[in-house]
Amino acid sequence: MINRLNLKAWLLLLPALSLLIAFTHWPTLKSFWRSFTWARSDVAPSQFVGLDNYRIMLDDPVFWKVIENNFWYALGTVPTSIGLAIMMALWVNSKIRCTSLLRLAFFTPTILPMITVANIWLFFYSPNIGLFNQLLGLVGIAGPNWLGDPDLALSSLMVMTIWKEAGFFMIFYLAALQTLSPELFDAAKLEGANAWRIFRKITFPLLMPTTLFVLINALLNAFKLVDHLFILTKGGPNNASNLLLYYIYETAFSFLDSYYAATLTVVMLLTLALIALVQILVIDRRIHYR
Amino acid sequence: MLKVEEISRKYGELTVVDKLSFSVNQGEFVALLGPSGCGKSTSLKMIAGLETPDAGSIELEGRNITRLSPGERKLAMVFQSYALFPHLKVEDNILFGLQARKVPKGEQKKRLDSVVDLVGLGDHLQKKPGQLSGGQCQRVALARAIVAEAKLCLMDEPLSNLDAKLRNEMRTEIRALQQRLGMSVIYVTHDQVEAMSMADRIVLMNNGKVEQIDVPEALYNNPKTIFTAQFIGSPPMNIIKSGSENLGIRPEHIEISEQGMPATILSCDYHGADTIVLADISGQGEDQKLVKIRYPGHALFASDQNISISWAPQNEHRFPL
Repeated sequence: MINRLNLKAWLLLLPALSLLIAFTHWPTLKSFWRSFTWARSDVAPSQFVGLDNYRIMLDDPVFWKVIENNFWYALGTVPTSIGLAIMMALWVNSKIRCTSLLRLAFFTPTILPMITVANIWLFFYSPNIGLFNQLLGLVGIAGPNWLGDPDLALSSLMVMTIWKEAGFFMIFYLAALQTLSPELFDAAKLEGANAWRIFRKITFPLLMPTTLFVLINALLNAFKLVDHLFILTKGGPNNASNLLLYYIYETAFSFLDSYYAATLTVVMLLTLALIALVQILVIDRRIHYR
Repeated sequence: MLKVEEISRKYGELTVVDKLSFSVNQGEFVALLGPSGCGKSTSLKMIAGLETPDAGSIELEGRNITRLSPGERKLAMVFQSYALFPHLKVEDNILFGLQARKVPKGEQKKRLDSVVDLVGLGDHLQKKPGQLSGGQCQRVALARAIVAEAKLCLMDEPLSNLDAKLRNEMRTEIRALQQRLGMSVIYVTHDQVEAMSMADRIVLMNNGKVEQIDVPEALYNNPKTIFTAQFIGSPPMNIIKSGSENLGIRPEHIEISEQGMPATILSCDYHGADTIVLADISGQGEDQKLVKIRYPGHALFASDQNISISWAPQNEHRFPL
């Protein structure tokens, strides 16, 4: 039943809700439907083809390649950037001089847009004039073609991603560390715990809520953030550094196959929904210790 | 067993602790007493190793511990905020130190059982600190300090977060535990009642310096300075300027009598068992000289009523100007 009070609430929700529906939920449903249809050309009427698009997808070696790449990309960037973030946060939270400068230094990569970062790193990675190879040249090593070598391209992207993400996650850890009472650490020190034991038994468990929040965000970013591919590798060479979202973009706007792109999008959405679901169902329940 | 010699600590230009010296004997309960900001907590932190003195030395059983890390000193400490680890069960909170010091499991269990009996936490071992009341948290903190069987236990205002009733109970309980276990304790407090009722000896501090070190009775009966005289006792001792010295007389030692010093009543503050009477003893045309009188029972004086006050000469204290 919609009574007067309810109606008012719905009216207040209407602007946000209509935007969400128009630009998020409706396109999602549209993509979902589109993934079951196909048309010979843009002008031809689309027809229902059932699971044909999905069958094509399962037979598509590039799809499997980008899934595999995305898996390694997530595995390579997420734990490392979280680990680095904790270390940096512990460092800039300690009683050393110039902590504000250090914090700023660590946070700078986060302020920069991904496209800018990619352009900076394009210079680092360039085969002949690039910073890395010039430095290697100084000690007499001929540097590899970081972005052009299929064996190195994805790893090179990962290094850059870690560089960009760690500073961002550090801010969350720093905020969490500053809410912890210093007396806890005094007590632990008095009880004879060494630095490693304090970290393992006190600091890390108390940072768990932050870690799980950061973990989810890092995982989502590993799928969502592909801006740097446009600048650095365009997914190449030979899809060696291609990721799912970039492949969707290519399929839709370079190969102009919006039906197959919709199919890939559904896979992407399901993956992201699964990650979000894990957060809501499992993690939220387990991390609260108060 | 503990000997603190001339330790000092400066924060920038501000001297927080200035050449503090005192000692603690085996099994003794020593209170560090003083108003907020007098340096008592900083002194305790220096003994614990959480702060380093700029000068002076600290000796524990003949060993110089001034530069040792907190863990190496093997002291126990109860914090004002209790400093319980919120993610650990009560049991693991108590055993944290023993685990860190790699005490054998069987020994841990034995000590846990006995300490849990002592402080009465039996039903709460599996709970987290968040599920306990303030008084129970206090007991966990106490248990963690006792279980270490440390040579010396430091307590930093451990009762200040409890309500008045619980504070009185815990006061008695901590004192009883200390005496039963023969613990050596340094107890920091700003509450003179706590210090007077619990301590064997009191180190009274003011502005980073020792004002007087004595047993409670001596602090009350023979204060050496006006600060001590006015800090111990409630309401504080009346100080009356008389000739070339200051005369001190406690409110509870003044009687309202037939004859003696003339005074004018200003107000009466009824407390139940007694009444604090505020009176003016200045003569005509002089500046006001206020004294407080503790009058047993309910005093019914009108404002501006003229009375006479007197006291026994042995209750007079004299301080040079």
